[in-house]
Amino acid sequence: MLRVYDTELRSRLMLGTSRYPSPAVLAEAVKASRVQVVTVSLRRESSGERAGQGFWSLVRDLGVRVLPNTAGCHSVKEAVTTAHMAREVFGTSWIKLEVIGEDDTLHPDVFGLVEAARILSGEGFEVFPYTTEDLVVADKLLAAGCRVLMPWGAPIGSGRGLNNLFGLKALRAHFPDVPLVIDAGIGVPSHAAQAMELGFDAVLINTAVAQAANPVHMAEAFAQAVEAGRAAREAGPIEPRDLAVPSTPVIGTAILR
Amino acid sequence: MKILVNGTWCDTTATHLASALDELGYGGSTVATALNGEFVPASLRSAAPLAEGDRLEILAPMQGG
Repeated sequence: MLRVYDTELRSRLMLGTSRYPSPAVLAEAVKASRVQVVTVSLRRESSGERAGQGFWSLVRDLGVRVLPNTAGCHSVKEAVTTAHMAREVFGTSWIKLEVIGEDDTLHPDVFGLVEAARILSGEGFEVFPYTTEDLVVADKLLAAGCRVLMPWGAPIGSGRGLNNLFGLKALRAHFPDVPLVIDAGIGVPSHAAQAMELGFDAVLINTAVAQAANPVHMAEAFAQAVEAGRAAREAGPIEPRDLAVPSTPVIGTAILR
Repeated sequence: MKILVNGTWCDTTATHLASALDELGYGGSTVATALNGEFVPASLRSAAPLAEGDRLEILAPMQGG
């Protein structure tokens, strides 16, 4: 079981709810993925369309936990205010904290992130910070009160997988007891399996499922990949070698020359 | 008076945030509010006075990654 803050989760896959072809496909994808946590956001509501009300009704019917984000926030104040609003609307102290520093890559503003995490943790929020693989930033986020970290695999929506394998391995090795969730950049199930094989505790996927030709099948594929990757990690993978080692016993080989 | 609601100027006769939400058609909706950039909890909306030119943000659950 994965333990984040005081919640135990059976599923190690988390799913974003954005960019699906329709609400019905989103609902089917969530069911197929067997996730227990989905991410949600807050946006301006039109009194005429009331689109948010319909979406919220759909999510509540799914019976999963919600992890609200602060997507689109570029400053500490915006992120903290958004977190306050999300706590009231969604009725949870969980917050996926995003403070964006650069628009082309959506690279986190790690300085603002640490400051916002310190403020929100002090106010009783359970902060899931969207960060990089930087060890020093990770250390400061933990000192700020975070008990989970969400390092990126690659820029959001890029589908490039684990961009900095060395850095991510170092992060895992440096913080062996901190739940680490790979968030962003995963493109295909093999990326997710790789993250799990490396010992990450969970992965959060959105675009790779939502924008797939068949999001429901892709959600199922990711669920299988995450389970396989976790099982492989627990089973203890072999270390890679540079040269071949015969798998068939050499003793008893016939001499037929 | 005119207030800026989600980026659009609106006329309102409401004197407080709670009555403005009703007047603007948000009654009964699950929304969070911020006035001039500051979060106003639902429990304090009746005590939040409005003034000409105020900026009101009304946010609701939405898809997110």
